Amino acid sequence: MKAFATLLDRLVLTPSRNGKLTLLADYFRDTPDPDRGYGLAALAGGLDLKSVKPAMLRDLVLERMDPVLFQYSYDYVGDLAETISLVWDGTRKDEIDDDHQPRLGEVVTRMNSLGRTEVRSAVRDLLDRLDTSSRFAFLKLVTGALRIGVSARLAKQALSDMSGPGENKRDVTEIETLWHGLTPPYEPLFAWLEGRAEKPVLATPAIFHSVMLANPVETGDLEKLDPADYAAEWKWDGIRVQMSSYGGTKKLYSRSGDDITGAFPDIVGSINFEGVIDGELLVGGTARSNNPTRTFSDLQQRLNRKTVTARMLDDYPAFVRAYDLLFESDSDIRAETFFERRRRLGDVIERAPHDRFDLSELVPFATWDELDRIRIAPPDPVIEGVMIKRKDSPYQAGRLKGPWFKWKRDPYNIDAVMLYAQRGHGKRSSYYSDFTFGVWAETPDGEELVPVGKAYFGFTDAELEVLDKFVRDNTIDRFGPVRAVRAERDFGFVLEVAFEGINRSTRHKSGVAMRFPRIARLRYDKLPRDADRLSTLTAMVEAREA
Amino acid sequence: MKPEALLHPTPAGLFCPIGRFHVDPVRPVERALITHGHSDHARAGHAKVLATRQTLDIMRLRYGEDFCGQEQAAAFGEEIDVDGVRVSFHPAGHVLGSAQIAIEKDGLRIVVSGDYKRGVDPTCAPFVPVACDVFITEATFGLPVFHHPDPKDEIDKLLTSLKQFPERSHLIGAYALGKAQRVIRLIRDCGYSKPIFIHGALAKLCDYYVGQGIDLGDIRPATIEKSSPDAFKGAVIVGPPSAFQDRWARRFNEPLIAFASGWMMVRQRAKQGGVELPLVISDHCDWPELLSTIEEIGPSEVWVTHGREEALVRWCELKNIPARPLHLVGYEDEGD
Repeated sequence: MKAFATLLDRLVLTPSRNGKLTLLADYFRDTPDPDRGYGLAALAGGLDLKSVKPAMLRDLVLERMDPVLFQYSYDYVGDLAETISLVWDGTRKDEIDDDHQPRLGEVVTRMNSLGRTEVRSAVRDLLDRLDTSSRFAFLKLVTGALRIGVSARLAKQALSDMSGPGENKRDVTEIETLWHGLTPPYEPLFAWLEGRAEKPVLATPAIFHSVMLANPVETGDLEKLDPADYAAEWKWDGIRVQMSSYGGTKKLYSRSGDDITGAFPDIVGSINFEGVIDGELLVGGTARSNNPTRTFSDLQQRLNRKTVTARMLDDYPAFVRAYDLLFESDSDIRAETFFERRRRLGDVIERAPHDRFDLSELVPFATWDELDRIRIAPPDPVIEGVMIKRKDSPYQAGRLKGPWFKWKRDPYNIDAVMLYAQRGHGKRSSYYSDFTFGVWAETPDGEELVPVGKAYFGFTDAELEVLDKFVRDNTIDRFGPVRAVRAERDFGFVLEVAFEGINRSTRHKSGVAMRFPRIARLRYDKLPRDADRLSTLTAMVEAREA
Repeated sequence: MKPEALLHPTPAGLFCPIGRFHVDPVRPVERALITHGHSDHARAGHAKVLATRQTLDIMRLRYGEDFCGQEQAAAFGEEIDVDGVRVSFHPAGHVLGSAQIAIEKDGLRIVVSGDYKRGVDPTCAPFVPVACDVFITEATFGLPVFHHPDPKDEIDKLLTSLKQFPERSHLIGAYALGKAQRVIRLIRDCGYSKPIFIHGALAKLCDYYVGQGIDLGDIRPATIEKSSPDAFKGAVIVGPPSAFQDRWARRFNEPLIAFASGWMMVRQRAKQGGVELPLVISDHCDWPELLSTIEEIGPSEVWVTHGREEALVRWCELKNIPARPLHLVGYEDEGD
């Protein structure tokens, strides 16, 4: 438990991705089986552990402690698990020896073998035998509240890192391919990563497979390429998903491999084929049903839910627009060409329910200029650009440069005024690099700047120096790590903000939320009074919805 | 005599009307008795100051030659008469020169402990318990959540991090007086012998500690010409925490911010401060030490000041020890 607890303590406070990878890879390398496998499961979200209710934990701590002193402590710390981990020692001064603490594997096995009536005394006993930081990790695990900013993908990247460098280095996509066929504590996986065993064999294709990604088109990319070698299709503004179905197992995964089957019974229940399909999850009607595809904000009503109500299913019907076929039944066809896979995909979709599945249509074009014109004025507001795919490209996981491109509609732009700034992390910890910006809006107190978003990238290092200096020289107020800066009609800093989309939002005071905002340019040439107005943003939302 | 007649709180700090002196006053007074050199306890501008030699030296270093009108040094254990009140200074184990002050008249003895700790610290004399009727204790970490671990385990975390991230400059935030020198000494005791770089604000005090016989090993200024970030790759740099949010920190390569403080026990405190590597090293008592000190001294009354007074008062109530909070203002806890 100690090693896992130490890892958590570091991960929580390490903002940089590379820093996290180093910590994770070192943990996987230095920790024995099965502990590291359970640690991996806890991080990647696959650990099955008997849960404990906070009320029971509170009871346990009050068996030994004055309730008033506990309340003072809880008020100060603010987190129940952390408070209990800290006060559990009472007035004991001696530390618990690292080598005599229960190991993570023991804790998991023991907790999962307990009967209902045994939980209370087992938890008390474990709390007695763990040290402060291990108690914290244990309590976070059993209360299911492990929030430490590590995605499943990052944990897998760390596995790849621990296997190398050198000949034995395993690519993260290979790990991803195996992942959903394995269970904690992943001993065969570690044995393979350490070069001690053959690659584990999948029992079924109905698992998540790493997706193939596209690079954005950059200046000069297309000139060298022959348009005849490529096909284009619309890039829809939904979320990328993977459907797999084999031997009665039907699953829907997000592009990062999260299992979202439970939230989409309308789609999963309609699957009548076997194989693995890559596509876009959207709401509204399929092309074949002649109903329009609806916007991303409608789709959002269905996202991030564990379950879904009948009303939701009626109001926001979901469907999948199919892009690609990875497995045809249980045969892996990823090495076939895009056109060949698409031909077979067409057959599968033709036989699938017409209201839940359709085939992404190809966009004919002869020259890149023609495609450019098509891209700028797409026929449907839910299209955000075009995808360009080499006709003979195999399906390769990851983001390779060359076979696939995405060519988005140009981003939106507004001029906004810097309102607040916050210091960054890691390399940027001495810079004010996270900016909240606002636009003019009519308020009961007259014309005022209202915050509409936050951006922390898009500028160069030299521009960051300028921004940081402005913040330091023009701070008018401080709220913890945040500084408010001067922003008046005739004095302030105007930022040109670019973003990919805009939706209505009830969460933001301004009523709008931007997608992927970033700072496109510093507008030294403009004064705050020249900045945009909120009505410009609402008009963008309305234009999208129209 | 009631204890309040001998010593009681005033807006300027604790005041002894019989001896006409204040202890650690927060504004300039006629006569001040100072427990230790942290700026919230030792301020400039008093007419007369009575303190240990080392505390007086530290005040001179920080405030200049004219830090007071007239100074008098007290040796540990020496009894000094101040207008009929007997005072004596005893080691507090907080920082170099830190003392508890015993104040005695007509058989009534009050001990003002100032800031103190019980853990081992090679950079200052260890705390000595002094029997008394009223014990005035600090309560900076007076909550059951505070259990300071063995400081060497904390330094091990730092040394592990230096191995895991050999490219990154490890910046350790530590207050200039006491904590910085203790951390450097601890790093040495854990076997690290490479140069340790220090911020300019630490230089005078580090020199003073070395002059007092505390070996800090190879310490060098971290103030080299700009734009040579490679010079500090994988180096240990110690400086005041405020400097890390400043432009000063930019000279370092991917700085990894560590902070040596008892506050680092609570994760959210570390997170809010942008600290990546919290080192729980404190110059104050933790909860068990506060309780065991009160039990060991066995005063008939406990007065609690600066910090989380209410929890310690509550504990005394549960133990049937008369206790009250002093509600003194102006102590900012510079030392941790």
